[in-house]
Amino acid sequence: MAGTGRDGVVTRREALIGAGAAGASLLMPGRSAWAQGAAKPAEIKVGIATYLSGPASVFGVPGRQTAEMLFDEINAAGGIAGVKVRPIFVDEGPGVDHVVGEYRRLVQSEGVHLIFAAISSADCIACAPLSDELKRPTLLWDCGTQRIFEDNRYSYAFRTQANATPEILAALLYLLKVKPDFKSIAVINQDYAWGRDSWDIFRTAMNTLKPGVKVAAELFPRFGATDFSTEITRVLALRPDVVLSTSWGGDLDALIRQASDRKLFERATFVMPLAESSLQRVGKALPAGHIVGARGDHWFLHPSPADPERLKRFSDTYKAKYNAWPIYPCFHMAQAVSAMKAGIEKAVAAKGGGWPTDAELASAFKGLEFPSPTASVRIREDGQGLENQLIGTTLHSDKYPFPVLTDMIVFPAESVTTPVGQKSADWLKTLTPDMVAKLPQAQAFKS
Amino acid sequence: MTRRSETLFALAGAVLILVLAYAVPWLRFVLTIALAKGLAVLGILLLLRAGQVSFGHALYLALAAYTVAFGAVLVPEALLLLPAAALLAGIVGLLIGLFVVRYREIFFGMLNLALSMVFYSVLEKFYALTHGADGIRLPPVTVLGRPLAGETGEWTVLGIALVLALACGALVRVALASPLGEALAGIKTRETRLDFMGVSPKRVLLAAYVASAVMAGFAGAIIALTTRHVTPALSYWTTSGELVFIAILGGAGSVLGPFLGAAAYELTRVYAAATFANAWQLVLGLVLLAVIVFAPGGIWGMITSRRRAA
Amino acid sequence: MAWLSENGILVGLALLDGLSYAAAVFMVAVGLNLVFGVLRVLNVAHGSLYAIGGYAAASIGLFAASLGAPPWLGLPILLAAAVLVGVALGPVIERLLLRRMQDREPVLQLLVTFALFMILEDLQKLVWGVQPVVFDAPLKWLGTVDVPFGQDAIPFTAYQLYVLPGVALATLAILACVLRYTLTGRMVVAVTVDREAARAMGIDAARVTMLTFTVGAALAALGGALAAPTVSLVPGVGASTIVLSFAVVATAGLGQIEGAAVAALLIGLGRSFAVYVAPEFEVVVPYAIMVAVLLFRPQGLFGVAETRRI
Repeated sequence: MAGTGRDGVVTRREALIGAGAAGASLLMPGRSAWAQGAAKPAEIKVGIATYLSGPASVFGVPGRQTAEMLFDEINAAGGIAGVKVRPIFVDEGPGVDHVVGEYRRLVQSEGVHLIFAAISSADCIACAPLSDELKRPTLLWDCGTQRIFEDNRYSYAFRTQANATPEILAALLYLLKVKPDFKSIAVINQDYAWGRDSWDIFRTAMNTLKPGVKVAAELFPRFGATDFSTEITRVLALRPDVVLSTSWGGDLDALIRQASDRKLFERATFVMPLAESSLQRVGKALPAGHIVGARGDHWFLHPSPADPERLKRFSDTYKAKYNAWPIYPCFHMAQAVSAMKAGIEKAVAAKGGGWPTDAELASAFKGLEFPSPTASVRIREDGQGLENQLIGTTLHSDKYPFPVLTDMIVFPAESVTTPVGQKSADWLKTLTPDMVAKLPQAQAFKS
Repeated sequence: MTRRSETLFALAGAVLILVLAYAVPWLRFVLTIALAKGLAVLGILLLLRAGQVSFGHALYLALAAYTVAFGAVLVPEALLLLPAAALLAGIVGLLIGLFVVRYREIFFGMLNLALSMVFYSVLEKFYALTHGADGIRLPPVTVLGRPLAGETGEWTVLGIALVLALACGALVRVALASPLGEALAGIKTRETRLDFMGVSPKRVLLAAYVASAVMAGFAGAIIALTTRHVTPALSYWTTSGELVFIAILGGAGSVLGPFLGAAAYELTRVYAAATFANAWQLVLGLVLLAVIVFAPGGIWGMITSRRRAA
Repeated sequence: MAWLSENGILVGLALLDGLSYAAAVFMVAVGLNLVFGVLRVLNVAHGSLYAIGGYAAASIGLFAASLGAPPWLGLPILLAAAVLVGVALGPVIERLLLRRMQDREPVLQLLVTFALFMILEDLQKLVWGVQPVVFDAPLKWLGTVDVPFGQDAIPFTAYQLYVLPGVALATLAILACVLRYTLTGRMVVAVTVDREAARAMGIDAARVTMLTFTVGAALAALGGALAAPTVSLVPGVGASTIVLSFAVVATAGLGQIEGAAVAALLIGLGRSFAVYVAPEFEVVVPYAIMVAVLLFRPQGLFGVAETRRI
């Protein structure tokens, strides 16, 4: 069995040498936490965990594109505190153990200064404790679960956006405001943690604020399901007043299309807290008059942005570059980038121009208020970000080939976020119906 | 290759792992995971000897990992959790084994796949208990009463994984050379002949199956102790496919194959993901294809054929 | 009985949904089963071919629509895209990869397709990106049909009610006739039953194999193309398709076309009724059916027990 012969052996050896040389950078030991003194780094390296493969890449790739766009902008303007920034992307697709391994590599081999993690709640839950263990400031940039800061406290992990509780509660409050007399509801959610958790939040709050609503059907089609005809038939037959779906991505697109083809939108009001991210793809298959949310106040036509110029610049640049209007993961990424910039600048200023240690940088994020494309976000003492929520109703306008939002309500963050130290499940049971009466004015679509 | 040189090779490998883990801190995690997966693949190797491929051994991986995650709440002692998880995997392996060893080839593979997918759904369904896809985080765990955390914790788990790998590897090596191993090979060539000799092929396969479940159990427990976070993805069919992938990559000719394969797989993946975050699957696919087409004996086969050629 | 009279109409609705779902499942599984019969390889890349078929149909359809093609052209476009993908990829994959692997162990052959699956998964992402793609012109063109439901009427799409089951039935009929009554078909059957004997009788097995694989690839692509009007194509759609069709093939019995139809029907109806009766078990239905069938018929529904070789 000489096999491939001498030639084969030589090639193999060459290949090994080549791979070794290329891999050498991977084997370089990274800087450890204490080694970092007050010396200014040559560049700020940022590890970014996002989905580059699998179904969630519909969010992950726009997130990555936004990061690339904004990092370029920062560098073009001279960097942060005079230091250029460089993103290093890792794929969440292969699962938690891969992301945890990559997190360690980013810290211990690449020596990143900050990490943005992640889209998947599982990845965030796994990375938050690692941030404390490896003492590297970590911004949770997109994951939804409210459990992270309600169950634990971390010194190095911060969330630069809201969580599932305000995102779902805002949609319910909006529904109670615009359709106060609905009697029955059906839910079609993806069969995984988010689908279940979000329905739990919605149902708990609904039973508190409007007891007696009949739950006609609870349907949890497989995550990644492509055919919803059976679910749609069943809901058509049951005729509930409202259909809730917190689905996203290809699942939500298919559900909207199939429900539209089968005229389900004519029979029930849909509440879709994540549908902002699908609007441009499904186009006018989604009729007017249904309730849509954006996991925050993310809408490129936000009716009352804090800095209209800033929002317009962000949206137009993204649109020019990637041929689509930014969707919520783009806004979430923009918030993480903005938080990073504000945090580093705050830490540098606190040190009188010197470069902060990891611990000093981490503590700069506590209580930090930073601008978002639409408003501003404040990071509470427990690490949770306070972010406004925007919910609206779909409207068909000649100006866009897809539905836009009208009758938009912008919910102030504090009014819908679980207070520090409380658990969402308990807090939601203490809500009172006068909450609905106190909601801000709805704002119409302005063409 | 003789038993002696194989042993030397294994010990040299163990030393290399320790050196690498010392020199490059972040590799400790990757190497621990690789050792754990190697353990699970060792079980796959036993079944491969009988010509049977399981596409569902992720079931035992996940079962053990969740056992550790839930058990740690009651008994936070790693040295108790580890055998308990493997034992449970073995018991479930016995029950399932009684059913699946009646089937061969694709049916054997598919039934295993189906059962692991059912377990996957169960983990997702009982989300009030398991938190579904979000998974659960391990509570603090101790070893001999001392907390398993930080750098010492990483070294401890790596050490446990290394000891288990050496022990299981030696055991499987002995088993394969014993009449049981010969009988397994008999199932692959002509099963009827075993019957004629008065050996029950089902019982032989069952023994191998239970052993493979126990080793997958050890693997799952180590993965849980290393990542400290378990999710249902551990039982998804692609995880099972990964184990078979590693078995072929490393080579089915020796008990060292699984560990070579696992180390190569994990390092290739990390390397590919770091270089082409966008297309690491493509790189892995090409590597696998190249190994199958050009080096059917896997990495182990490459090493031995080279030694012989030299 | 009271339940049935109350829910009789609901049962009818569930039947309609189940049938169209079964048709979709059949279209994916039948090609896989055909290929397995002749090549004895469980083609994991079948799922990728499904996805590529869908993407290709959507791209061509959208391109034609942008040129102003009338909506009725949508249906022929779906068909043409499937044939195109089958003819373009089928022979290449068979000739370059599978034929080289013919005499290798079944595990290696299977893993080659697994490697191919990983490669195609990333290539498809590089070509079509990650944003969901859809082509619903044919569905829109056909409109909806109102099915009476008490005083009410439930709209179904004509595409789902007529086109999907129609194409599935036509595929079944054509395949059955070709296999039974044409010379080529009989050669395929002969190679399925006993490759060596078929070759001894002068059948060009290599040609039959290539032909079968091409047809199988085109059927996978057709499955994807037919899904393009209702489904949003995203990365990962191939992976979830492939497990389902594996279950169908194992339930059906290897190489059995009619078996695939019955198994698809069982799974389609089972899933549909689960959504009405016990929605939480919908995901487990295909596996439960498979395990149940294999318990009583270890060779699958239509499988023939192989004589024991000595």
